[in-house]
Amino acid sequence: MTGASSWAGWSSCRNEPFLHDRGAALMEFGPHLTLALIEGAVTAAVLALTASGLSLVFGVMRVVNIAHGAFFMLGAVLAWWIAQAIGGHPAWGFGAALIAAPLMVGALAAAADAAVLRRLAHDPERTIVATIGLLYIIEQVTLMTYGPEARPVVAPFNARIALPWIERGAEGWQVIWPWGFGTTTYKLAVIGAAMAMVAGLWLFLARTRAGLVLRATQADREMATAFGIPVAKVYALTFGLGAGLAALAAVLIVPIRQAHYLMGGDPLLLSFVVVIIGGLGSLPGTLLAAVLIGLSDGIISVFFSPTLAKIVATLMVALVLVFRPQGLFGSRPA
Amino acid sequence: MRALALHLGLLAGLLALHFVLPAYHHGNLARVMVLASYGVGYNLLFGYAGLLSLGHALFFAAGMYGAGLMVQHGGLGAAGAFVVGVVVAAGVAAALALLALRTVGVGFMIVTLMFAQAGYLAILHFSEITGGDEGFVLPQAGRMLGSVDLSTPDARYLAALALFSVCLLVSLALVRAPFGRVLVAIRENEERVRMLGYDTQATKWVAMVLSGAISGAAGAGYAILFGYVGASFAEAQYSILPLLWVLLGGAGTVLGPFIGALFMFYLIDLASGVTSAHMLIAGVALVVLTLFAPQGIMGEVRRRLWRGLP
Repeated sequence: MTGASSWAGWSSCRNEPFLHDRGAALMEFGPHLTLALIEGAVTAAVLALTASGLSLVFGVMRVVNIAHGAFFMLGAVLAWWIAQAIGGHPAWGFGAALIAAPLMVGALAAAADAAVLRRLAHDPERTIVATIGLLYIIEQVTLMTYGPEARPVVAPFNARIALPWIERGAEGWQVIWPWGFGTTTYKLAVIGAAMAMVAGLWLFLARTRAGLVLRATQADREMATAFGIPVAKVYALTFGLGAGLAALAAVLIVPIRQAHYLMGGDPLLLSFVVVIIGGLGSLPGTLLAAVLIGLSDGIISVFFSPTLAKIVATLMVALVLVFRPQGLFGSRPA
Repeated sequence: MRALALHLGLLAGLLALHFVLPAYHHGNLARVMVLASYGVGYNLLFGYAGLLSLGHALFFAAGMYGAGLMVQHGGLGAAGAFVVGVVVAAGVAAALALLALRTVGVGFMIVTLMFAQAGYLAILHFSEITGGDEGFVLPQAGRMLGSVDLSTPDARYLAALALFSVCLLVSLALVRAPFGRVLVAIRENEERVRMLGYDTQATKWVAMVLSGAISGAAGAGYAILFGYVGASFAEAQYSILPLLWVLLGGAGTVLGPFIGALFMFYLIDLASGVTSAHMLIAGVALVVLTLFAPQGIMGEVRRRLWRGLP
């Protein structure tokens, strides 16, 4: 009866500590740490997007979406599908995926909300069970159609940047270029793009009429209904938006980490950590926690083991929920 | 009286099946009975006390590894290993309950989920002792109860039946005792129970320890009867399965876990003949059950046929 599942594979579908085989023996502590920080910043950027989707859904709908990681995975798989269907220069396929995949995932999630969650009246406990069901359905249908392989999407651009390091050698301080010490333009672009998108989300919530309606529903569902806000529609759109953000993050990361039907486990776990530590439903707390968790995950994974990093993360979530349910930065209890 | 007759009748029927079933279904039913014991443990907490745990795999695995490691490294026989497994699972449940019961609702679900995940990852991390992902096969010495070899089909079936009988009857006795009534009252309205002067926290703690101990007994039994201990039994999936069995069979009914485990086992068995994506069945079942039949099979029986069904 042992079928695979992504959140069961929280430890297995993760890349190995990426430095242990290449540069570790050659590199000093400083460059090593810098690389871990860059890698952590990529994780943090993608995590901020994914987690703000989860946080939004919880904040507005009070729904804990266990299928969030599955929507992330679906975004990556659709990105691969779109990219290989379009062909030509990688930038075309990637660009199309960046727009189409989140929209498709968002539409699917909105439909799932209308078909399933709305009928449960968004009751917190029953929706969790239903989203566990959705997780299995999405994952297993992907396994049946896309298959168990991991497939990459080619990055639109991917030039290598070697980084310098200052070291005290025999002739005093000098600039050196350690072997294997560098990053790629694509990774830097991911960090930038994710920051821009989070800023866009914030502008949407704070400055547009739709964002105002969303925040009004979050503050008081019944009062919003009384003022004529179509709450059912807002919920479906919120669920779609949340899933779309996860898919967007996945499209950004899929050129670095391949698309696989079990890849949703880590984003789900880390988003949970971020959302709970940052305070449920608070966007600034979520962003702060994403940076914190992304960087520390990068560092612990590089210097210790990814499994240990996840043990620490899971225990941290549990203990924060037990002893400080409003989150480390939040002020409102969950 | 009728209730007792019904449950004893089921056990007698299972004993009779021992003599008539073909080998394949005989083996399956032994496995279903062990899994149903796990479901019985889960049901005590979820069905009666109304606490939805997403981390019972931790207790199942605690029983399994407690027993398995005692055989592997401590050289115990089946009986000793089983007792150690149950005690370890009860201990883990007692400690986790102290923390998790400080939260309610969604918080409780996530806290149990996270602790179970930490337990699973810890099994992978300490792979020198636990065998990590691959687990280990139990040596033959650990599968001997005195001079009885529990790895033979006949002994295995009867041992599984004994384990299931004890779990089922203990659960029946518990829920019909005043303790069980208090649990149901807590599920329905905890505030009111507290106002009536009951210590609801202590009652929930006891329920969680008992639930963990029964789940651990099932885990230890699984290790001894089927001879394998592995990290896959600590995965989140093994926390979801008992929830699924209980929802399908009927939460808060004594027979529900067995009915649910039996149905689901054969559904997944049939599906895995068709596709490797057999967990699709579980996903669809979860969604359909929450949407259309939150009471489950025995819950419907109780609603339509027999209101006093325990």
